[in-house]
Amino acid sequence: MLLSYREALNQAMREEMRRDSRIFLIGEEVGYYQGAFKVTKGFVEEFGPQRVVDTPITEAGFTGLAIGAAMAGLHPIVELMTMNFGIVALDQIVNNAAKIRYMSGGQLSVPLVIRGPGSAAHQLGAQHSQSLEAWFCHVPGLKVVAPSTPQDAKGLLKSAIRDQNPVIFIEAQLLYGTKGEVTEGEYTIPLGQAEVKRTGMDVTLVAYSKMLLVALEAAEQLSREGLDVEVIDPRTLKPLDLDTIVTSVKKTGRVVIVEEGWRFCGLGAQIADSIYTAAFDYLDGPIVRVTGEDVPMPYSRPLEDAAIPDVPRVVAAVKSACGVA
Amino acid sequence: MADMDRDDLLSLYRQMLLIRRFEEKSAEMYALAKIAGFLHLYIGEEAIAVGAIAALRPDDYVISAYRDHGHCLARGSDPGKVMAELFGKATGLCQGKGGSMHLVDLAKRFMGGYAIVGGHIPLATGLAFASKYQKQDLVTVCFFGEGAVPSGQAHEAFNLAALWKLPVIFICENNRYGMGTPVQRAVALYENVAEAARSYGIAAERVDGMDVLAVRDVMRKVVDQVRAGQGPYFIEAMTYRFMGHSMADPSHGHYRTKDEVAEHRKRDPLVVLKETMLNQVHCSEADFKELEREVGDLVTAAVKFADESPFPDPASLYTDVMAED
Repeated sequence: MLLSYREALNQAMREEMRRDSRIFLIGEEVGYYQGAFKVTKGFVEEFGPQRVVDTPITEAGFTGLAIGAAMAGLHPIVELMTMNFGIVALDQIVNNAAKIRYMSGGQLSVPLVIRGPGSAAHQLGAQHSQSLEAWFCHVPGLKVVAPSTPQDAKGLLKSAIRDQNPVIFIEAQLLYGTKGEVTEGEYTIPLGQAEVKRTGMDVTLVAYSKMLLVALEAAEQLSREGLDVEVIDPRTLKPLDLDTIVTSVKKTGRVVIVEEGWRFCGLGAQIADSIYTAAFDYLDGPIVRVTGEDVPMPYSRPLEDAAIPDVPRVVAAVKSACGVA
Repeated sequence: MADMDRDDLLSLYRQMLLIRRFEEKSAEMYALAKIAGFLHLYIGEEAIAVGAIAALRPDDYVISAYRDHGHCLARGSDPGKVMAELFGKATGLCQGKGGSMHLVDLAKRFMGGYAIVGGHIPLATGLAFASKYQKQDLVTVCFFGEGAVPSGQAHEAFNLAALWKLPVIFICENNRYGMGTPVQRAVALYENVAEAARSYGIAAERVDGMDVLAVRDVMRKVVDQVRAGQGPYFIEAMTYRFMGHSMADPSHGHYRTKDEVAEHRKRDPLVVLKETMLNQVHCSEADFKELEREVGDLVTAAVKFADESPFPDPASLYTDVMAED
């Protein structure tokens, strides 16, 4: 069936909450407002305010509360209105959620999903446009997921909810309205599995979340120019499915990695390092990265456009990686 | 004053004495480099942990900050496993992964010591949220110092606890110093730090934290109210840290005088209870001698157990970073 990314997330949570009463949803405007981006439409009506918990604007407080509830056996889904606000809750995420299992020698677990939109939308300014996945990926004890399609969004969110670890689930505001085919009925997609979104022989293009759509468009354009591009979506950023990427690299010998986040210490740097370590001998040239610019996101549209990877830049990067002028 | 049962008072005294001798031995072991890292002793504050926890059921939750040995021992944890954790041994409560500041004993519902000041207070509201959600009549007791009261996370937690009438008891151990900064230089309403909780509508009172019976009396009343669903409660227990902030800090330091410490030592919680016992329930010096012998043996055995236990196998480094499904 054809569903929007938003509807797919809504279905995933609805099905899981019907299945397991330990699951509850907590965050700003998740209930009577129906979610700041309407992802939780109809939830408070179906599950009641005990399980769909509207909070004050205190991310550290309610994220910490959710972690405590998880320690006591519940399975919270924390909705952050945007991932930017996760910075306010970073002490809870990094010092508590990620470490409690380890520090306790495995006595305690924190089965928890923290989800919400990351990356830029349109002209939201510097504090609401950040791609922070590299921050979360850096921390041992967290899993990080960033789906690009409605099908992946639903299947991965269901797996994230069933996981016994804290999972950071990064959506994108500009993806909420995008539509795609979603399998009817029950299915899940395991965390830690990349997917080849387009097969090709000449070059491997790695991209996730919103940038996957940019990569696919670039691949389409390049195919008309005679370049056969393979596009891989890691889908789960941590743990990273390096095997799928390396299998592709062994075939193509060339790699371009696209991310919207900042270049310096960005996720692409880590993916490149992993590829160099695992498959250096198979590379025919240096790995090329396309990234967001190292600036706070400007408001003005032409400046914002200049800061975010787009199709022409990805096309140029792929050509450069392939030594095509 | 409630009952004056001889065995009951002997039991309370024994618990406080165990903490005192355990902590003294820990300091000794630190000097011998058997214990490393940060070590914060609970000497002088024993009446609070023992009095408060004596009013709880075994299935109630207890959570603490980094000065956590006393709470863990008062909850009934095996002193040998606690000492082994301080030694960093595989037989420690957390298999050597936690250390002094991060003791956890899930079987005793001791949900951990946390070392980011204020950061565990939201976790306490989460434990309480979970018991309310699961319709269990449990209370959660959260210990912290007065130094945590001005923190943002404390205030966010107070607000959520009051807003949702959560069954949590906040126990502020006011030992008058946050590290070396006296409360009057750290908390605006230093003469009555409970105002921080009252401002959110949380009922609060002050108790003499050097008098274990006073602490237990207040807690018995408060636990009944909180268990009955009357919402959170804040107890300010007035106490004094006889030792330095940590082992890196001499007992008086530059920020307080020897005379001040000596003055407070006159109200040593062990001395206060002993006087009551000698005068009101016909205990004799022989009883105390017997307790000293018994507790001394326990602590000696704890050290022996810790010392003879193996260090963790380096192969366990990655164990419990993630839960395996």
